[in-house]
Amino acid sequence: MTAMHAPTAAPDAPAPVLDKRETVRIPLEIGNASKVDARDVKVFYGAKQAIYDLTIGIPEKAVTAFIGPSGCGKSTFLRCLNRMNDTIDGARVEGDITIDGKDIYDADLDVVTLRARVGMVFQKPNPFPKSIFENVAYGPRIHGLAKSKAELAVIVEAALRKAGLWDEVKDRLLETGTGLSGGQQQRLCIARAIAVSPEVILMDEPCSALDPIATARIEELIDELRQNYTIVIVTHSMQQAARVSQKTCFFHLGYLVEEGPTDQIFTNPRDKRTQDYITGRFG
Amino acid sequence: MTDIAQRGASPVDWTSSAADGRRRRRRAAETRLRYYGLAAIAVALGLLAILVGSLVLNGYRAFTQTQIALDVYVDPAEIDVEDPSRGDYRGLVAASIASVLPGADDAELRAARDIVTRNVHFILRDHVVRDPSVIGETIRIQIPASDPFDQLAKGIIDRDLPESRRRVNDQGIAIYDQFAEQGRVEQRFNAALFFNADSRFPELAGLSGAVVGSFFALVVCFVLSFPIGIAAAVYLEEFAPKNKWTDIVEVNINNLAAVPSIVFGLLGLAIFLGWFGMPRSAPLVGGMVLALMTLPTMIIVTRAALKAVPPSIREAALGVGASKHEVVMHHVLPLALPGILTGTIIGLAQALGETAPLLLIGMNAFITSPPGGLLEPATALPTQIFIWADSPERGFVARTSAGILVLLGFLILMNLIAIFLRNRLERKW
Repeated sequence: MTAMHAPTAAPDAPAPVLDKRETVRIPLEIGNASKVDARDVKVFYGAKQAIYDLTIGIPEKAVTAFIGPSGCGKSTFLRCLNRMNDTIDGARVEGDITIDGKDIYDADLDVVTLRARVGMVFQKPNPFPKSIFENVAYGPRIHGLAKSKAELAVIVEAALRKAGLWDEVKDRLLETGTGLSGGQQQRLCIARAIAVSPEVILMDEPCSALDPIATARIEELIDELRQNYTIVIVTHSMQQAARVSQKTCFFHLGYLVEEGPTDQIFTNPRDKRTQDYITGRFG
Repeated sequence: MTDIAQRGASPVDWTSSAADGRRRRRRAAETRLRYYGLAAIAVALGLLAILVGSLVLNGYRAFTQTQIALDVYVDPAEIDVEDPSRGDYRGLVAASIASVLPGADDAELRAARDIVTRNVHFILRDHVVRDPSVIGETIRIQIPASDPFDQLAKGIIDRDLPESRRRVNDQGIAIYDQFAEQGRVEQRFNAALFFNADSRFPELAGLSGAVVGSFFALVVCFVLSFPIGIAAAVYLEEFAPKNKWTDIVEVNINNLAAVPSIVFGLLGLAIFLGWFGMPRSAPLVGGMVLALMTLPTMIIVTRAALKAVPPSIREAALGVGASKHEVVMHHVLPLALPGILTGTIIGLAQALGETAPLLLIGMNAFITSPPGGLLEPATALPTQIFIWADSPERGFVARTSAGILVLLGFLILMNLIAIFLRNRLERKW
C-alpha cells in the first residue's frame, strides 16, 4: 500500500501520477461494440465499500482481462455481472450495469435467466459430483433447452466439443466428473457454462489451480471461444492477461485505474500504479 | 547446523545436561498423557464389559424356558366340536396330569397342576383351534413350567434349603422329579420371549407387544420428525434471513435439544392427551412425543450436513442459472442426505431408548396383546423393561436383563445401519 505512494520514479518513461479517482482510458482499436456497460458502480459489503464509482465497457466477442492485486475488487465486480453477489449477505450494488442496454439490476429482471445468459467459471474446478454427461446436461435441462433426450445429447456433445473435452471423455460420459484431472474438470466446467448458450462468460481466475500444461490448454480454449462469446477473465497472472486478452483493466483498491488495449497496458502504462504493478513492484 | 544455532542471542548447547533434562521431561509428559488416555479408555471399556457381562449373566437364563410335555386326550365330549374355542380345556389338562400320576390324591394333583403355567388351558385351546383335526386324539404338547419350577429347574431355587425358605415345597419337588423321570421336563429356547406379549406370569411374558409398540412409535416419530426436521433445517440454513429472529429460533432449537425428555412427556400429556383427547398408551401419541424430542436433534444434524456441502457446489449450480430452490433440491439436499440419514437413525435410536416421556403418556400399562394399530394401547421396549424391573416375580429378573439385551441389540443394529449408510453413501470432493 505504501509502495503505491512512494515517489520512486521508474527509470524509464515515468508515468504521470493521476488522481486516484480518475481512470486512464485508452480507446480500443479492435472496435468491437460494447456488450456490457457499467456506470458509476459502487459495491458495498455491509459498511465497507469494495468498489468506487466504476465505469467500464466490455467489448463484445473479445477477451477482457481484469488484473490487480488481491482485494482490489476485480472479482467483486466480476460477480456483479451475473449478480452472484446477491447471494452474499450484506452485499449492495449501486449504479447501472447493462447488458445490451438492459439494466441487469432491474426489479423485473429474472436472475435465473441472467445467469444463463452470463455463464461463470470459477477459480477451483467445481463439477457436480455427478456423471460427466449430467454435469453438462444440467443447465439445458433446468432451462428447458432440449425437447428430447436426443436433443439434450446433441447439446451436451456440442458443448463438450467446444470445450475441447469431447475426445477425452466421449467413452466415459457416465463416469463421475470429479474423477477427471484438474484441467479436464475446469474444461468440463467451461462446457457446463457453454451448454446453456450464454452470451457472456465470466472466468474467475480459471487457471489458478492448474498446472502450466492444463493452463495452456485453457488459454487456447479461451482464444477459440472468443469467436462466439464475450469473455471476462480475472487473473493474477500478468502473462496470462497479456496472452489471452484484447482489453485489460487494472484495478487497485476498489478503483479502476487504467483500461485499454492489452498491448498498450503492458508496454506503455500511463498510470504509475499500473506500471508499478505490471513491473512487479507491488502486489 | 551450528551456524543456525548461533544466530540467536547466545549460542544454544543442545547437548548440555539441562537440555537433556528438558527433553526427558517433555518426553515423560507425553508418555504420561498417553497413559492417562489409555487408562481412561480401559476404565470405560471395563465398565462397559461389567454392564454387558452382568446383563448377560442375569439375562441368559431368560432365553431358555423349562417346558413340561403333557399327553392330552382331546376328548370330543368335553369340547365344542363345531367351535373348538369353547370347551373344558382346564378339565382336559387335569385329566392328563391325573393320568400320569396314578394314585395321587387331590392335594398332590393340585400341586402337580401348579408345576405347569396357570394359563395352560389357553395354550391347549389355541393349539386345538389352530388344528381341529386333533379332536379325539391324544396329543403331546409342550407347556411352559410355572415360574417357581422354572427357577428350580435352572438351579436358582436351591433344593437344599429348608422347605420354609424356598418358593416350592417338598411335595411340588417330588412331583416335578416324577415328571423329570418320565422325561417330560426339558429346557427349550424361549420363543415366548419374542412372540408373546406381556403377561402376569413370567413364563408366558414376552416382548412382542413392546417391540410392535416401539416400532409403531418409531414409525410415527420418523414420519413426523424427518420431513419437519429437514424442512426446518433447510429453511434455516438456506433461506432464512440472518437477523435477530432467526438467531432466537436457532438458540431455542439448540436449547430444546438439551431439555430433559420427561418435560416433553409432560407436554405430550397436557397437549395430546389433555387438550386433543387422544387415547392413552397409544403408540401414535408416544411417537408424537418422541418426535417432539427428536426434532431439535434432527434439525441440528441436518443443518450440520447442509453446512458440510461445499459452497463451490452451490456456486456452480447458481452459475448455470439454477434457482435457489433448484440448488437446494438438486444439489445440496442430495449431497447432504447421507449425513441426514445417519443423523436420523441415531436420533431414532435415541428415541427408541427413551422411557420417561412414554411413562407419562401411559405406555407403561399392562397390555397382554400386541397393538393392532396406532391407536391401540401398547408398551414400548424401554417401558416394558421398566414394568418387568418393577415386578416381584423372580422370573422377571432374568427377563428384565433379557429385555435390555434385546433393546441393546436393536440399538446396535440401528447404529450399524447408520455406519453402513455413511460409508456407503459418503461422497468425497
